[in-house]
Amino acid sequence: MPQSPPIAVERLVKIYKTVPAVDGISFTLAPGTITALLGGNGAGKTTTIASIMGLITPTCGRVSVLGAQMPQQRYRVLQRMNFESPYVEVPMRLTVRQNLTVFGKLYDVDHLRERIAELGHELDLIELLDRPTGNLSAGQKTRVSLAKALINTPDVLLLDEPTASLDPDTADWVRARLERYCRDRHATLLLASHNMTEVERLCERVIMLKRGRIEDDDTPAKLLRRYGRSTLEEVFLDVARGNGGEAREAAQ
Amino acid sequence: MSRRHKSAVTSSARRISAMMLRHWYLLRSSWPRLLDLIYWPTVQMVTWGFLQYYIASNAGFFARAGGTFIGAVLLWDILFRGQLGFSISFLEEMYSRNLGNIMMSPLRPFEFIIALMVMSVVRLSLGAVPVTFLAIAFFGFNLYAFGLALVAFFFNLMLTSWAIGIFVSGLILRNGMGAENLAWSIMFLFMPLTCVYYPVATLPTWLQPVAWLMPPTYVFEGMRALVIDKVFRPELMLDALALNAVLFAAGVFGFLKLLQSARRHGSLMQSGE
Repeated sequence: MPQSPPIAVERLVKIYKTVPAVDGISFTLAPGTITALLGGNGAGKTTTIASIMGLITPTCGRVSVLGAQMPQQRYRVLQRMNFESPYVEVPMRLTVRQNLTVFGKLYDVDHLRERIAELGHELDLIELLDRPTGNLSAGQKTRVSLAKALINTPDVLLLDEPTASLDPDTADWVRARLERYCRDRHATLLLASHNMTEVERLCERVIMLKRGRIEDDDTPAKLLRRYGRSTLEEVFLDVARGNGGEAREAAQ
Repeated sequence: MSRRHKSAVTSSARRISAMMLRHWYLLRSSWPRLLDLIYWPTVQMVTWGFLQYYIASNAGFFARAGGTFIGAVLLWDILFRGQLGFSISFLEEMYSRNLGNIMMSPLRPFEFIIALMVMSVVRLSLGAVPVTFLAIAFFGFNLYAFGLALVAFFFNLMLTSWAIGIFVSGLILRNGMGAENLAWSIMFLFMPLTCVYYPVATLPTWLQPVAWLMPPTYVFEGMRALVIDKVFRPELMLDALALNAVLFAAGVFGFLKLLQSARRHGSLMQSGE
């Protein structure tokens, strides 16, 4: 029997009152890949990610993760997923170890102490484990959030702006960890980002959204060729400003 | 994978214990939170205790009915603090912007509810138990002298407080922090009708049937029967239990419907107003 794709989105529509946030998008992600959702504010990235996480009920269309329909069958697969977002925090008064213990138990992680120690080494958190999370710097907190997102060694990892507000060095460090995790665990990563350098470095596929629809979908290299541009930022601006068609024609 | 072989019950218990642990860590790390649990019940008990002391020395009936005020205050605190303990534990997730993590985790809604129910008992115990001993020391009022009746009172009051706490949490989940004030004030809506400090007969006749629709009314009437007439009335406790079963089911149903509505409207992604 063929395996279900890690993420399959089929004609997804989400309308808030009368405003369509996502308007009939479809895509499927292959296992072990890193894909970016790109788009300006209000393009539908967060709604798409929230639908994949099961936090939102679609107006119509289907979202399945690891073969389970979301949000109806989410409890079949939530243990194999995780996410990180700068808009969600782990409790600040708890120490890093306490937070990882709580989330490890929530995800029913086996050999939790060993897993926390392992993450402590991987993410350079050993020295911070017994400090309250609220006392850490922004970069250290991001590493804690990443540790929380990896505590259950997820097969599907969703990331919303994973390096927002980080200095270039820390951001690069986080990207390297994500790349390695995806390679080592054959995990599927979907990230929403405004950082084009990050997308070019990490992702083998880019889905460009505009006003809730998919405007383009390809590898970064092919997108650059198609739009006749040298950076993804220029492609992003073409799409966001509605010059995508002209740029494509000019490139051809 | 070994986790697949674990029974669903074990996994469920582990998730519930995780949530309890999260709130226990929080309480342990914050002395203002611990202080908050105990200071208001103490102030209430002392104020009403002195009032009763004054009235009892001036009126024959109240001399006979010694303890009704302090008893009422302590039982009211079980009801109020039980609901507040539930709702505050829920609000802590909103304050810490952690609700997205919780909702995205494998924690089921019923497990979340059970964890918050247990935490409400923990919070209540930390606050109310020392106050009951202070009541013995200050006014010679021993709540534990109620014996088994106290168990019936406590269980019924906790059921009501959970039912209301669950429903209010659903409202906050659906409507955001704009509904936070309900968590602090909703119980006072019930205070006049549940006849905490006076018999149901005090109410206008047309209002009395409304009062009898509320489970705590039976508890406070039962407490007065026990203190004044020295009679335990089990039928009142059974009526309260039946009403509580309906109220609790309605609270859980309301919570699940509001959660469903929050998923439709995208409120789970926001934790602001």
